[in-house]
Amino acid sequence: MRTGDLAADAQGPLWEVFAQERPGAPHEHVGSLHAPDAAIALQHARDVYARRGPVISLWVVESAHIVASSPDDAGPFFDPADDKAYRHPQFYKIPRAVRL
Amino acid sequence: VTPALRSSEIPADPRLRADVAEYCLRLGDDRLVLGHRLSEWCGHAPILEEDIALTNIALDLLGQATTCLEIAAALERSERSADALAFLRDVRQFRNALLAEQPNGDFAATIVRQFLFDAAASPLLAALTGSSFAPLARLATRAAKETAYHLRHSRTWLVRLGDGTAKSQRRAQRAVDELWAYAGELLAADDLTARLHAAGVLPDLAPIREHVAADIAAALHEATLRAPAVEPPSLTGGRSGLHSEHLGRLLDEMQILPRSHPGARW
Repeated sequence: MRTGDLAADAQGPLWEVFAQERPGAPHEHVGSLHAPDAAIALQHARDVYARRGPVISLWVVESAHIVASSPDDAGPFFDPADDKAYRHPQFYKIPRAVRL
Repeated sequence: VTPALRSSEIPADPRLRADVAEYCLRLGDDRLVLGHRLSEWCGHAPILEEDIALTNIALDLLGQATTCLEIAAALERSERSADALAFLRDVRQFRNALLAEQPNGDFAATIVRQFLFDAAASPLLAALTGSSFAPLARLATRAAKETAYHLRHSRTWLVRLGDGTAKSQRRAQRAVDELWAYAGELLAADDLTARLHAAGVLPDLAPIREHVAADIAAALHEATLRAPAVEPPSLTGGRSGLHSEHLGRLLDEMQILPRSHPGARW
C-alpha cells in the first residue's frame, strides 16, 4: 500500500465530516479537515469533532466528491420555491388520530 | 465522582499494600511522563488535526496518571497527595520506563515511541480489568478503551510513515532502530510483578509479552520496517529510578511552578 506523497502536499486533501448524535438521527455536517487518506480522515474526525460527544457515528467524504450548486444557480434553483405556497402541506386536514 | 480508591479497598497486608502502591507508581509515572512529552507537541505538530490528536492522547494519559497516583497516594497513607507525587518527587524517585522519557525527536520518533508504548499498554490494560485489586480493575476498564484508540492512531501512522515516501521510511526506520531497545522494559517481569501476579493483582505477563511481540512484528512488516536484531529488553533501569539524562530536564519544566510557588492555587 502506497499512501501517496505526503511531502508534495503535507496536509493532504480536504474532507467533509458528518456526525450522528443518536440512533435514527441524520448525519449532519459538522466541519472539514485535512488528511492524507480515508482511514486517517476518520481518525482526525474522531479527534477533532467527536471528543466532546455525544457522537455515535461518523462519516467522512473527500470534499472533491461533493457536487455543489453554485451561487450563480441560486436564482433559477431556489427563488421559484418562494411563491408556491401550494407546495406546502398545510392545506390538508390532518386526522386527529395521526397527530403527534 | 467515584474516588480512585475507597478506604475499604486498601489491602490489610502491609507488604501487598506497598507492592500495589509501587506498581501504581510505575503505571502512573509511565503515563505522566509520556503525557507530558506529548503535550510538548501542542502548537508544533505537523498539521492542526494531528496537533489535536496528540494533545487528546496526552490528556488521556494524564487522566490515567492522575488516577494511578491517587491510588498510590492513598495506599501510602501519608500526607502526600497525587499532586505531591507528580510535582515534588526527584528524578531518582520516578518509576517510569525509560521509553516514556525519550525526547520527541521528529514526528516519526514520536509515533514509533507511542506505538511501542500503546502496543504494550493496550493488552496489559485489557488484562488488568480482571485484577483482584478493584481500583486497578476500574481504572483499566476506562483506560483500556482510550488506549485501544491510541494504538489504532499510532499504528495507522506507523504504517503510513514506514510504507510512505523514501524520507518518511528512512526517518521511521531510524526511530525504530533508536527506540527498539527501550520497548522491553514496559512489560518486563521482576520480583514485584511476580508477587503481584501471585496475589491476583497482575496477570501473567509472559503471554502478554508474546502477544505484544507478535503484534509489533506484524505492524513493522506492514509498515515495511525491519526490527533490529537486538532482543528487548536491553535498556532498563527506570523501574528502580535509574533514568536517562532526559528525565531531569523534563521534570525541571514540568515541576517548576509548584516548586517555585509551594501550595499555590489558581
